[in-house]
Amino acid sequence: MLETAKATFQLSTEGLAEVKKELARYETKESAIIPSLYVAQKENKGFITTAVIHHLGQVMDIPVSKINEVFKFYTMFNQVPVGKHHVQVCTNISCALEGGRELTNHICHELGVKLGEVTADGRFSVSRVECLGSCGTAPMMQVNDKYYESLTPESAMNILRGMK
Amino acid sequence: METKLLTEFYHLDEFRFLDGYKKHGGYVNLAKALKMQPQAIIDEVKNSGLRGRGGAGFSTGMKWSFLPKNNEPRYLVCNADEGEPGTFKDRLMMERAPHQLIEGMIISAFAVGSKKSYIYVRGEYYYPVEVLEQAVQEAYKAGLLGKNILGSGFDHDMDVYRGAGAYICGEETGLISSLEGQKGQPKLKPPFPAVKGYLQKPTIVNNVETLAAVKYIIRDGAAAYKKFGTEKSPGTKLFSLSGNVRKPGNYEVNLGYSLNDLINNEGGGMKPGRKLKAVIPGGSSAPVLTAEEAMKATLDYECLAQMGTMLGSGAVIVIDDSQCMVDMLGVLMHFYHHESCGQCTPCREGTGWLNKIVHSILEGKGRLQDIDLLVKVADNMKGRTICALSDAAALPVLSFVTKFRDEFEFYVREGRSKVRGSFYAQMHH
Repeated sequence: MLETAKATFQLSTEGLAEVKKELARYETKESAIIPSLYVAQKENKGFITTAVIHHLGQVMDIPVSKINEVFKFYTMFNQVPVGKHHVQVCTNISCALEGGRELTNHICHELGVKLGEVTADGRFSVSRVECLGSCGTAPMMQVNDKYYESLTPESAMNILRGMK
Repeated sequence: METKLLTEFYHLDEFRFLDGYKKHGGYVNLAKALKMQPQAIIDEVKNSGLRGRGGAGFSTGMKWSFLPKNNEPRYLVCNADEGEPGTFKDRLMMERAPHQLIEGMIISAFAVGSKKSYIYVRGEYYYPVEVLEQAVQEAYKAGLLGKNILGSGFDHDMDVYRGAGAYICGEETGLISSLEGQKGQPKLKPPFPAVKGYLQKPTIVNNVETLAAVKYIIRDGAAAYKKFGTEKSPGTKLFSLSGNVRKPGNYEVNLGYSLNDLINNEGGGMKPGRKLKAVIPGGSSAPVLTAEEAMKATLDYECLAQMGTMLGSGAVIVIDDSQCMVDMLGVLMHFYHHESCGQCTPCREGTGWLNKIVHSILEGKGRLQDIDLLVKVADNMKGRTICALSDAAALPVLSFVTKFRDEFEFYVREGRSKVRGSFYAQMHH
């Protein structure tokens, strides 16, 4: 936690307004932690740092340890940098039965990264994820907030190559 | 054949908007319900025999009647944290018919006397959340939510809450923890949420499909609803069919429908040249059935319980003869180990060991006694924890190892799959 000395993260005016809105929205302000982490993650290039947690603690008036434990519990908050396009491929059972793991390997191979890595140009990162509720259209991937379903290795790469 | 009660208008794009929904009878039953006595609605739901569609299959009317009979504020929470592997029906319902859920929720809220409800949606469902939020706004503008709904004097507010990626939040007390802004860890029961739930207030947590079905019980009456399905498992149910079938998808059928028919009629049967090997009938936590057992099964709570498995969330996962059961158990154990919340030792440690042992077999390093060790560890995880995740991890192990022991023994002896090459090495490059 020592890196806070050089804390550099600050929410934008809009981001701060969103956090304030979430704080007023629920019965308790703790319920605003998850929505606020989403706001901050978006403004910090897709991942959360100690500086982000400290800043949220300050603006929300919630202990840093409390925000930190919520942040660490949920998989959608990234603890390490991700690419501009964060590619998450499902490898749970229904997708595994229909080639989800082969798809993951193909994407990693084509992009030249291992799972969890970011491409040198910063455009892509790849990870494997658990069931995303797209089992009838397996295999699938989620890129940022969008689902791409009924994929083949070729169609998935065509989609990714089309991303700026 | 499908029986489209809830999904009758899902093919119409307009059904997701208020105007289109109203064209097909939308909110007529809310108006009807608001003129009824709340207790009469609870009785109707109880008499309909409706059982929770999320996984546990508990009587909905019974759950509602556990609420304290006083004026204490209470919450209604819709569990839309759909995460049981193989399940994708709630997503369809939210995307195609958000108002059907909202109407079912307002009726249910009126019945149990709740002035505030939340729809807790899994974080990855960006699009369903967008659709729901729009629909909630539409409902507010039309006076279907807020103060004095349709002139009845009943006030109700509704909000959508997005989770952030945790299977355990589908467990109702884990969901409540998450909604309170905590880690999504389940809580000891009793007290049950109906007595002390969200912020220590009485809370009813029901699945998307359960709440949507309430509207039809009000529309047609309990007696008419009971004509669908079987005597002990009344109604229709959405089944999410996935895996190695020709036509995977969501299908609404009467409870008690033949599993064989679901796979071979609705699902179009197996792929060319392939044979059925196994079926997981109720989401990844349900014990697996062999092909022979599956052909005799009917999709209702009783039949599947008798066969030692469960209806669960209605996720039917079809496995063909090209698949390796050791490999598939490896996939499942990776999942449960990843999702254990870590608060109970048997689950936290047990899921870790199960994952480790099955992967050591997959790496070709297994010993014959490891097969019995899997069973021993799984046995020790059952019924010893706060929530059902530990059992959900143990049950697949016991059924896979018992019913497909030859595949496990072959893998240990030969250091390779009886059916296909191991995927283990390829996933860990």
